[in-house]
Amino acid sequence: MDWASEFFQRDRSIHPPALTPEYKTSVLRSPRQPLLSLQNSLSEVTGPLFVHDEIGPLDNDLILNYAKDGQPIGQRIIVHGQVQDESGRPVPNILIEFWQANAGGRYRHRNDRYSTPIDPNFGGCGRTVSNSDGEYWFRTIKPGPYPFRNHVNSWRPAHIHFSVFGTGFAQRLITQMYFEGDPLLAKDVMFQMIPDRNAADRLVAPIDFNATVPLDTLAYRFDIVLRGRRSTLFENKLHGN
Amino acid sequence: MGTRKMAQPLKYLGETPSQTAGPYVHIGLIPHQAGFDIFDRNFGHVLVGPNTPGERIRIEGRVFDGAGAPLKDVLLEIWQANSTGRYNHPADRQDKPVDPTFRGWGRTGADFETGLYAFETIKPGSVMGRRGYRPMAPHVNFWIVARGINIGLSTRMYFSDEEAANDADPVLNIIEPDIRRRTLIAQRAMRAGSASYTFDIYLQGDRETVFFDL
Repeated sequence: MDWASEFFQRDRSIHPPALTPEYKTSVLRSPRQPLLSLQNSLSEVTGPLFVHDEIGPLDNDLILNYAKDGQPIGQRIIVHGQVQDESGRPVPNILIEFWQANAGGRYRHRNDRYSTPIDPNFGGCGRTVSNSDGEYWFRTIKPGPYPFRNHVNSWRPAHIHFSVFGTGFAQRLITQMYFEGDPLLAKDVMFQMIPDRNAADRLVAPIDFNATVPLDTLAYRFDIVLRGRRSTLFENKLHGN
Repeated sequence: MGTRKMAQPLKYLGETPSQTAGPYVHIGLIPHQAGFDIFDRNFGHVLVGPNTPGERIRIEGRVFDGAGAPLKDVLLEIWQANSTGRYNHPADRQDKPVDPTFRGWGRTGADFETGLYAFETIKPGSVMGRRGYRPMAPHVNFWIVARGINIGLSTRMYFSDEEAANDADPVLNIIEPDIRRRTLIAQRAMRAGSASYTFDIYLQGDRETVFFDL
């Protein structure tokens, strides 16, 4: 893989548009001018790189990484998957960060005032670096759904937020992982604003019985796809070398 | 029976769709601002170490919504070259020194009270443009996410004291209206003896910042 290659043009039809009036906060926070299309230069094909040593040994274990006098309440789960690019190539050694509510749907955040309690043993965030095959995993408890101020009766389905780096800054992505079978997905504005239903379904993690710890922890699989890079067949290189 | 596609299937995977970072993005990316400490090592808004070569600068500003109010929950990341104009990345093969202690990346959240953000970094050098194009003027790449932003917004910050380089910059030059080009130029000021650049970002309105589809 040539890391100096440009990225495939982003297919914006699989992403939510900037302006989605059913998600009210987007109305004042969405650009009105068209995005300016920019052919990639070094500024876009490069990006920050991370190494495994930067991450602590418990950073990918949300059951233990904030445990004070016991373990967090909730259903223990493993989340794992592979990061690939659009050509199906594994993306190794990239930073993945995740954050979530606790089992009651409450975030450990000074601005969250939902009435369910903070879990004293749960921080709700973690991070890892993908291995040489692009694989990642972490352990946590299943987050609970919670209400949010959009319509009077808006609820978020259970979800885990993901922040993913690639090998170039133009691959930067933040998304949310949902859980197979959640009835709240059908009513969720965030999930439903994705215009392509097949693309939306890629955010729903299935149970993976082969990755469970029997008698201990369920598992969900969540594969992630980042933008691919153009092949350097003839003229796709940014500059000669 | 509809039309039959008489060709081999193209086996590309679709990119994972974006979802908003939400109001609690701080928990995952800058937990201290959410109100707790959890990791031994944290990523932050200071890109420089004591020995990083280059002119020390501060970049600060606010991100404004369509009603003119600053976003107080926005998260910003920057990515930049070092003082000689080289990125700390294997794809950058320019014949310039790379500084292994300078990653060139930082992140911060706007202040919950004022909406102000700030980075402590060095002024980057000029980077080679695409093949056949002129060098790019010194610039810093921005990526911003927040509640209400469904897919991260990408823009660039240029420097007001680089007028000649800006006039020749291949990216600034494809922005036709001058008023829009100016949205990417941060204003330099000296504060307490050190250089500071103000880069305010407008999501909408007469001063809407130019955002890129990269």
